[in-house]
Amino acid sequence: MGRSQWLWFALPLLLLGVLAVVVTKGGSLSTLARGVPPVEELTVDRVRLTPGHITLTVVNGGLDPVTVAQLMVDEAFWHFTMTPGRTVPRLGRATIDIPYPWVVGEPHQVKLVSANGITFDHEIPVAWETPAADAESFLAFTLVGVYVGVLPVAIGLLWLPFLRRLERRWIHFALALTAGLLVFLFVDALHEGLETAERVAGAFQGTGLVVVAALAMWLVLQAFGGVGRGTGEDGRASRMRLAFLIALGIGLHNLGEGLAIGAAYAQGAVSLGAFLIVGFMLHNTTEGLGIVAPIAQDRPGLGTLALAGALAGAPTIGGAWLGGLAYSPLLSALCLGVGAGAILQVVGVLYRVVAREAAGQLWTPLNALGVVAGLVLMYGTGLLVAR
Amino acid sequence: MSKLSRREALRRGLMGAAGLAAASSAKAATLGVHTDPSAVMTGGLPQGAGIDPTAFLTSFDYGEVSRRANGQRVREYRVIAQDRRLEVMPGLFYDAWTFNGQVPGPTLRATEGDLVRVHFTNAGLHEHTMHFHGFHAANMDGVFEQIPPGGTYLYEFEARPFGLHLYHCHTMPLKRHISKGLYGAFIIDPKSPRRPAHEMVMVMNGFDVNYDVENEVYAVNTVPFAYQAQPIVLRRGQLNRIYLVNVLEFDLVNSIHLHANFFHLYRTGTSLEPSEFTDTISMGQGERHILEFTYDRTGKFMFHAHQSEFAELGWMGLFDVRDGGATA
Repeated sequence: MGRSQWLWFALPLLLLGVLAVVVTKGGSLSTLARGVPPVEELTVDRVRLTPGHITLTVVNGGLDPVTVAQLMVDEAFWHFTMTPGRTVPRLGRATIDIPYPWVVGEPHQVKLVSANGITFDHEIPVAWETPAADAESFLAFTLVGVYVGVLPVAIGLLWLPFLRRLERRWIHFALALTAGLLVFLFVDALHEGLETAERVAGAFQGTGLVVVAALAMWLVLQAFGGVGRGTGEDGRASRMRLAFLIALGIGLHNLGEGLAIGAAYAQGAVSLGAFLIVGFMLHNTTEGLGIVAPIAQDRPGLGTLALAGALAGAPTIGGAWLGGLAYSPLLSALCLGVGAGAILQVVGVLYRVVAREAAGQLWTPLNALGVVAGLVLMYGTGLLVAR
Repeated sequence: MSKLSRREALRRGLMGAAGLAAASSAKAATLGVHTDPSAVMTGGLPQGAGIDPTAFLTSFDYGEVSRRANGQRVREYRVIAQDRRLEVMPGLFYDAWTFNGQVPGPTLRATEGDLVRVHFTNAGLHEHTMHFHGFHAANMDGVFEQIPPGGTYLYEFEARPFGLHLYHCHTMPLKRHISKGLYGAFIIDPKSPRRPAHEMVMVMNGFDVNYDVENEVYAVNTVPFAYQAQPIVLRRGQLNRIYLVNVLEFDLVNSIHLHANFFHLYRTGTSLEPSEFTDTISMGQGERHILEFTYDRTGKFMFHAHQSEFAELGWMGLFDVRDGGATA
């Protein structure tokens, strides 16, 4: 581009800047600013419970700075310290430490009172000591990830020899079933993401964040995933790439799942009993099946399988760490959005692969049944882990 | 006071025995917590409360005194309704409507039979009135004669009956006009005075700082925990008299409880004989009583609403009983 072209690019920006200065300095719009009280918003992003202390991380997602004047716990004014200071600037964060004799297993309610008398409530549903970021809890959350993510996916991969001996139409059934599983996971991730988005501070636009993350991930994989577009690759390589895409999508979903489980566990909202663990194992074993379905005919090596399994299962561990030790609704919504986008893209790829191989025989009763079976399987095993 | 039903049901998973729960064990969570009941939980006294809570206790406005030809004593008071932003707790501001720039308004005091003349000016942005409890003519009742912003009115009546009364704005919407701060105590002394005592005025009130029709802040004399930050000094063996008025809006009942003591109760102050000897009394809005008591021991003694919730939200204070001469 020549100099004149850059000039034409910069001109509107320059004018915008001048206009912004005129509006902010000139006061020509003073009639619009009616001197109404500030719209304050303060969101509790994290709660940390240690013996005798409640520690809150708050985020200002509103238009104006918020000054915390007073604070109540369970409807009693209580003393507290706040760092870096009492006033939280727009998009700023602060930490509030409250020395308070909270009661294990019981709910508590914190109410922040701003200088203007606006109140912000936060409920601690079940008080439970927050795990410290030490070796012991890293081990605990690693175990959670291994049990809930890694082991079930690995077990699911062992369906490979069984799948290999199936007729072609049953292979397609298995792929359709995988699509069903993934559609369910997509809906699950999107729903969880949007639900989490409601707890994100207003200025960060939780819903928008989930949608942007999902679409961006979908488009990135569309552009760089490079599967099923007839690029001259042989079928085997293309199927392998599909298997890894599925593993990636499932892995991203499991990252979000690990986050949710870790956070719920750390906050005492869920007790990871044996029954719940078994539920997650059944739920996630089907994910392993989905990864090997496209490559059943290809005799992949053990290393390849382990890699795909790790890609799908291991993020659960990272999710559990993050969720348990550094949970934030913002991060959680972002991960779930990315996961939803990845899964959506994989469903599209699966569709094209089966459509090409089936050559016009795509929606046979068996394939349709496969999709439904995948959905039902996820729904059924989901009953075991529904919270 | 808030709804108890607000608590969500607990969402809990099934309890099991996976043995994964290495991260937390249920140990006592109260170690080392500062829960000293004499600690002020709010960071001291606010600078811009509009009143000095300690001075307010013993401030009485007797008016400008003159005599009519027939010998009747005349007391003239000047009261201005004005809007004022008050700092009710450290850092917490409230856009109050006030009488004479303070909440509660000045404690007006007369003797039974005096002619009371209150020159009222409305310097606020809304209509206001003054409605006195007591005997007076219909057009002196502060109900139908609404005073517009900038308007004035002369309330004139004979002070009767003797006792402890109150005045407040009676403009609709009533809840808003009272809860924003337009009220005060009104004492009519009997012609033969009560026995000498250390006298204090306590107006039990509160503030709905977020306008959700519930109080967030409770107090006597506006400033929560004021008398915890500055305990009220009493003398051992001295007779104390509290003029206690409840104007608390939104909540159905309020109360006072004295620690380590009992008080003689004069309901509405309209009799010179006590009706009760107790340590706790509940009062609805508009009820007011005179309490008389003496401390025989020195030390710090708490007094507070016996609704624990109100106490922890500000309606809590301390007497510091000392040896020495009388506090007047």
